[in-house]
Amino acid sequence: MATEHANSAEHGLTPSGYIEHHLSFNAHPVSEGAGFWTLHVDTFVMSVALGLIVMGLIWLVARKATAGVPSKGQAFVELIFNFVDDQVKNIFHGNRHSFIAPTALTVFLWVFAMNSMDFLPVDWVASIVAFFGGEHAKWRAVPTSDINTTFALALSVWILMIFFSVKVKGLGGFVHEIFCAPFGSKIWVWPANFLFNLIEYVSKPLSHSLRLFGNMYAGEVIFLLLGLWAATGVSGTIFGAILGAGWSIFHILIVALQAFIFMMLTVVYLAMAHESH
Amino acid sequence: MNINFTLIAQAIAFAVLIWFTVKFVWPPLLSAIETRQKEIADGLAAASEGRNALEVAAKKSEITLNEAKQKASEIIGQAEKRGSQIVEDAKGVAKAEGDRIIAGAKAEIEQEINRAKEGLRSQVSSLAVAGAEKILRKEINASAHSDMLAKLAAEL
Repeated sequence: MATEHANSAEHGLTPSGYIEHHLSFNAHPVSEGAGFWTLHVDTFVMSVALGLIVMGLIWLVARKATAGVPSKGQAFVELIFNFVDDQVKNIFHGNRHSFIAPTALTVFLWVFAMNSMDFLPVDWVASIVAFFGGEHAKWRAVPTSDINTTFALALSVWILMIFFSVKVKGLGGFVHEIFCAPFGSKIWVWPANFLFNLIEYVSKPLSHSLRLFGNMYAGEVIFLLLGLWAATGVSGTIFGAILGAGWSIFHILIVALQAFIFMMLTVVYLAMAHESH
Repeated sequence: MNINFTLIAQAIAFAVLIWFTVKFVWPPLLSAIETRQKEIADGLAAASEGRNALEVAAKKSEITLNEAKQKASEIIGQAEKRGSQIVEDAKGVAKAEGDRIIAGAKAEIEQEINRAKEGLRSQVSSLAVAGAEKILRKEINASAHSDMLAKLAAEL
């Protein structure tokens, strides 16, 4: 929720300046010459911390998992486990327990946790960061609204997809599929097949990552725009708070849905890699 | 919208998280859930088995009960038969004994009658002789007629 806006407003920031401030990364060069060799410290720290917290909590429960009567914590974890396991079971018909199902669980929980950072009031985050790093310190709390995060996940899945495709069908089978599916193995349709597969292989990670990024980025921008109401005075602040609350409630759906969609696509892509045409 | 080193860092973080989940999170949860599922399945199987056993036992007990009832009624029947037989036998024995006693009494009575007759006969003959003596005292010589008198006494 973007309500605690007084802080920024006092410094006489323009609306575009406010939004720009909130949409800038805490970027640090990791090597000479910057450019590609820049690390978004905020994205990285938030995502790693969330990953450790979420998977760590699950691990604490899993470590003491009992086959007898489960504790409330274990029952909750098993609820998530069974939810993910059921989804994977419906899509992938192999040994899902060795890799795909745990990966789906990781993706779902991690993405869900990262998306949930959208619920942190943007200006509270800014205030806390300003307290530690000065008022011009930049910090974006939602790692999934950084295209680098979503691309990293989507490309990792893409590499896994190709890895499993080669592993299951062999390198020859993989190349054969690129040239002989979906239109058949006649030599004059090879170019068409190749073009189709090329487009598919390019579009998969793009749509996979941009869908999540777009949703989370848009959600964040709307919170910032609602935050601007605070610049119009007390009644505007209250109005903005009400709108922000409404958007937050709606955003719960988007956060959960996008995490779920991202997980499902991951499972679908990896399952497709296991199927021969 | 700038792609940079963050992508690689995030990919590494992702890989580590997946490895962690595959290695440490998924297996214990899976084994706990699968063990519980198996235990529940076993429990349900045992329950249905127990139910079947109960049914069989109920049927068996019913059969045994019926057999016992039948046997009991048989035994009662036999006992009744035996009892009435004993009564019949006793009746027969008593009747025979009664008959015997009656026969003995009858024989004794007969004997008594014969003895009385004998006595009476000898007394009547001596009375007759005495009477005849009194009548014939004068006219009959005792010595002359004693033979005849003895004969008469023997005839009586």
